[in-house]
Amino acid sequence: MSRLAVPKTYKLYIGGAFPRSESGRTYEVVSASGAFLANAAKASRKDARDAVVAARGAVGGWGGATAYNRGQVLYRIAELLEGRRAQFVAEIEEAEGVTRAVATAQVDESIDRWIWYAGWADKFAQVAGNANPVAGPYFNISVPEPTGVVAIIAPQDTSLLGFVSAVAPALVAGNSVVVVASERFPLSAISLAEVLATSDVPKGVVNVLTGSPAEIAPWLASHSDVNAIDLVGAGDLDWISLEVDAADTLKRVLRPESGPDAAAPALGRISAFTETKTVWHTKSLR
Amino acid sequence: MSGTSLVTARERALAVLGGEPDDATLGRYLHGIAGVDAVGLEQRAAGLGTRSIKTSSKKWALDTIISLIDLTTLEGADTPGKVRSLVAKAMSPDPADATTPRVAAVCVYGDMVPFAIDALGGAHGDPDDGLISVAAVATAFPSGRSSLEIKLADTAEAVAAGADEIDMVIDRGAFLAGRYGLVFDQIAAVKEACRRPDGTSASLKVILETGELVTYDNVRRASWLSILAGGDFIKTSTGKVQPAATLPVTLLMLEVVRDWHLLTGQRIGVKPAGGIRASKDAIRYLVTVAETVGEEWLVPHLFRFGASSLLNDVLLQRQKMTTGHYSGPDYVTID
Repeated sequence: MSRLAVPKTYKLYIGGAFPRSESGRTYEVVSASGAFLANAAKASRKDARDAVVAARGAVGGWGGATAYNRGQVLYRIAELLEGRRAQFVAEIEEAEGVTRAVATAQVDESIDRWIWYAGWADKFAQVAGNANPVAGPYFNISVPEPTGVVAIIAPQDTSLLGFVSAVAPALVAGNSVVVVASERFPLSAISLAEVLATSDVPKGVVNVLTGSPAEIAPWLASHSDVNAIDLVGAGDLDWISLEVDAADTLKRVLRPESGPDAAAPALGRISAFTETKTVWHTKSLR
Repeated sequence: MSGTSLVTARERALAVLGGEPDDATLGRYLHGIAGVDAVGLEQRAAGLGTRSIKTSSKKWALDTIISLIDLTTLEGADTPGKVRSLVAKAMSPDPADATTPRVAAVCVYGDMVPFAIDALGGAHGDPDDGLISVAAVATAFPSGRSSLEIKLADTAEAVAAGADEIDMVIDRGAFLAGRYGLVFDQIAAVKEACRRPDGTSASLKVILETGELVTYDNVRRASWLSILAGGDFIKTSTGKVQPAATLPVTLLMLEVVRDWHLLTGQRIGVKPAGGIRASKDAIRYLVTVAETVGEEWLVPHLFRFGASSLLNDVLLQRQKMTTGHYSGPDYVTID
């Protein structure tokens, strides 16, 4: 007996929930050969606004968690990804039209990068921070602190690897993120959101929007409550005017990258979204 | 703004009731009022909440909301400094935009009234003239559990200190026990205590604390009772009990106010308070007022929002409309 197909509804991920776009819009996601894959939600500026509110609400808890705890939570995401490898491989095969071996390599690389970044959570402060030499009887210590809400335009030409490479480093330092997934390959990003929702990441720390980066990015770049914007996947947009908008509210900006090395793992991607705070403390006086 | 005269209020009540306002007469009258169709009420409120208010209408609504806010601080930790900063915010809600209207009033505990008046200086006065009045909560706010003498002394002290408006709480225990005469007498006595030596009177807002009245029928009865006893305003909640103001409850109270206006020609004010934090919610209240009693009620002496965090959300929306991009909490003052 034949069974009715049960297609999956791909929605947004905002504040730990999976809402449809408030605009009610969707767009068709097609495979490399042009076959229909799914309807994805087409986020509006108001979805972006809601996502920023959710992200702002999550900054205190996530940024305030101990670095060790953040590392554990991030590592657990990699564990869950490992358990869902088959699903991601199949999704990437279909969406990108690549061979199973290529898709498997992308998933493995994504998981490995996630683990690489998770490991840095309780170590990067030792590298990026410093005990400054001073001419007085006190300590002077610089430490990197999370900058707050980071908006990310994810790399547009991969399903999972680009998304992971942009999101993981922003989370390491304790930021919360609003990420606009690849317009062409949004499905793996939403599947990753399902992994995040069932892991220990507090709600609101990661918010995933699907739809048109050209439409959403200007609202995120000019939003006063976004502290930094990663334009890594914005190479095809008018990213210079996005940078100008971001400058109006003194956001930290990472510029577009392209090619196979886009968003390659680097400590710089972590420290880009930190603010160095310097404090002093007296030494004991005899 | 000043309260209605006392003699006419009592005469009017007696004429409507057809007898002395004792437990028996009031009980007969209030229980004779038709019951509330709860499903219909909630459906009507939900329907009014679906209106889409955009662009120039939204801008008008945001400015109207600000001009109707009773900016409130009612904390045990209130200090003169906190009241001064509240007043500063009331006078210029958005220092970066001089076109922002002022709020209607500041609402504080009775002992903070002198500090509020001092801080307001020349800006103290009638909100209908673009000035800011001072409202004080009294009568053993928020529970109302004390003797009448203490409630009257509490009220008289606030009025003597210069409060323009008194927010009193009804004795919910007496109301729920059916002692309507007692509640009536207490409201009437507090109304008397609102009188100033020069013959004018502070405006009296009667807080029903709808969250403790439980049923819509009780809210309707308490609204009638408060208006009969001489309240100038009926107010939903203290803000200390959940649920506080809801749209159906406010709609119900507006309907009572509309019926009273049809009956006597007198206009009574309504003040939803507590739990209204988003501009979107506040706009729903404006729609409800306009559709129930008419737009002429959208003035400070007939409608108020009791709120504190609502103002910041309205300011953020206003900044969004002015600048064209989303603003954030870093761009409004913390209260």
